[in-house]
Amino acid sequence: MIKRALSSLRLGFWSVPSAVLVAMLAGIAYLRFTRGLGAVTHLSDSFPWGLWIGFDVLCGVGLAAGGFAVTATVHIFHLKDFKPIVRPTVLTAFLGYLLVVVGLIFDLGKPWNIWHPIIMWNPHSVMFEVGWCVMLYTTVLSLEFSPIVLERFKLNRLLKVVKSVTPVLVILGVILSTLHQSSLGSLFLILPEKVHPLWYSPLEPVFFFVSALAAGIAMTVVESWFSRRAFGKPIETHLLSRLSRVSVIVLALYLAIRVRDLLGRDALSTLFPFTPTSAMFLLEIGIGVVIPMVLLASERFRASARRLAVTQGMVVIGFILNRLNVSVTAVEAATGHSYLPSVPEFLVSMGLVAVGMWIFVLACRFLPVFPEGPVAELEKRRAAREAEAGHPIHVAAAPGFDLFGK
Amino acid sequence: MAHRAILVDVTKCIGCGSCVEACQKANEQPAHEARGFDDQTYTFLMDRGNDTYVRRLCMHCENPSCASVCPVGALKKTAEGPVTYDADKCMGCRYCMMACPFGVPTYEWHSSTPRVRKCQMCAHRGAAGPACAAACPTGATSTGDRDALIAEAKKRVAGDPKTYHQRIYGLAEAGGTDVIFIGPKDSEALGLPRVKSETPLPELTWQALKHIPDVVLFGGVFLGGMFWLTKRKEEVARAEREGKGESHD
Repeated sequence: MIKRALSSLRLGFWSVPSAVLVAMLAGIAYLRFTRGLGAVTHLSDSFPWGLWIGFDVLCGVGLAAGGFAVTATVHIFHLKDFKPIVRPTVLTAFLGYLLVVVGLIFDLGKPWNIWHPIIMWNPHSVMFEVGWCVMLYTTVLSLEFSPIVLERFKLNRLLKVVKSVTPVLVILGVILSTLHQSSLGSLFLILPEKVHPLWYSPLEPVFFFVSALAAGIAMTVVESWFSRRAFGKPIETHLLSRLSRVSVIVLALYLAIRVRDLLGRDALSTLFPFTPTSAMFLLEIGIGVVIPMVLLASERFRASARRLAVTQGMVVIGFILNRLNVSVTAVEAATGHSYLPSVPEFLVSMGLVAVGMWIFVLACRFLPVFPEGPVAELEKRRAAREAEAGHPIHVAAAPGFDLFGK
Repeated sequence: MAHRAILVDVTKCIGCGSCVEACQKANEQPAHEARGFDDQTYTFLMDRGNDTYVRRLCMHCENPSCASVCPVGALKKTAEGPVTYDADKCMGCRYCMMACPFGVPTYEWHSSTPRVRKCQMCAHRGAAGPACAAACPTGATSTGDRDALIAEAKKRVAGDPKTYHQRIYGLAEAGGTDVIFIGPKDSEALGLPRVKSETPLPELTWQALKHIPDVVLFGGVFLGGMFWLTKRKEEVARAEREGKGESHD
């Protein structure tokens, strides 16, 4: 019985490394909470923000931006074609935010005070605003996600209530996301002398918002492709192609304002003499913006789902590079202090990503995340068989997850 | 005391370290040699050669970045002058450390209940004022009302242009500070941090934050409007389809 239950949790190739990562995560957490941040990180008085802020928080929130972009497309602009990807995107966003919160629990010196902004107000602090938006948006996301759970357990009356307020939730979600995606950029406005001019800009909040939009769409495409591979769900290439066309516009807009801003501040000259810092800048713009923009603009190129996924993967990588450049490279270059994350810092960040993927897979297996996908089919068949047999049938027949198989 | 400030006159400092010792005692830190800011050190002396010693301590900005960025108001600028810290409110985001243009706040990296550490101008001593000023044997560090101290600093600098560099450090930096320095050379030669901005840094953030109500208002109207418009379009389209269907029957 137990063996059967376990085998129904079969996670395929990734389960072993993930389990090891999670075990290490627990060990690092123990050290961090008994001996302080200094015991596991390379943070210091001259470099107080590191990988956990730069990756877990800045990237976690940004990559979840698909959530508000796609829900708005479907529920506000009524482009119903995109409906099949709403649920996986909302699930990703929800998990993204939960992971940001877990990341913050690692990073904050006194995480048990994390609720303090609720009663101790300082509206002049960007961090205060970010805190509030993350709290509110996580609530909105859990409500947006709730129909999936309610449907699974057939709580129809509640489902009806949630569905009736969906447009309000979506509008709230878009506003909250706009505010704090951009506010993550505003965090750096108060550091004019601690961020290299290639990245310090009064327009930082705008850059953060537009690039999060690009990254959110990119994540949606990449993830749809992975889901297809993992769950054998027929992919809607034409949808991903249309989404990618939007990417071209968003990336072009980003490039235009970024370059305009650099020229306006006369900052492009700081590319020379050519240093590793300049290289990081060019890498970020090249991989994340220029190359994908050019490739995705071609109709012919967009015909293959695989090419779309790879190119949008570049957008995601470029996005991560940008956030790490703003929070680490640019600060190193301007202050002269250096920082290289410690091994435990890397492990925690990787571990959290692994946990997120795990939960995503489990959710896809047991909840109707893909309403027309194999899980829904299975449910329907089981219900039919149950009706025929007159008694419940065990669920263990759910399909196994194998990321690189099939 | 209207608005307390500290004046450091580098020309009078003999490098005896009484201020450092008094600071450690007043803040209940174990006596130790102070080489730089750390979780046990709020002030230290830099030996700049030629018998020139320069003190470092929190500048107690008029409009402090640290207090402005603190999401929970653990750091705050008091009406009396000192920028104080309340460890019970702090959640440990360390934004204050990022934001400080003078590189002052430090952190208890090796504690499981860490606090931000920095000079609080001995706010806990109340009217007695900062222990460093009380301990200084030469008057290199003095304390008093800000306006009176600035007048005094200007008088000394103007009265002896041979001894003093003419620029007073702290009047313009980051919009003005409550710790001001006068000395024999410019601030860079003295090893004080170069802060180019003469407007208070929190204003840079406010330029973005002030747009939030507009984003909520116009965003809400725009999105609500789009929802209504596109829904109507969809309904009309559906009605048309159905209408056609009927006419075919």
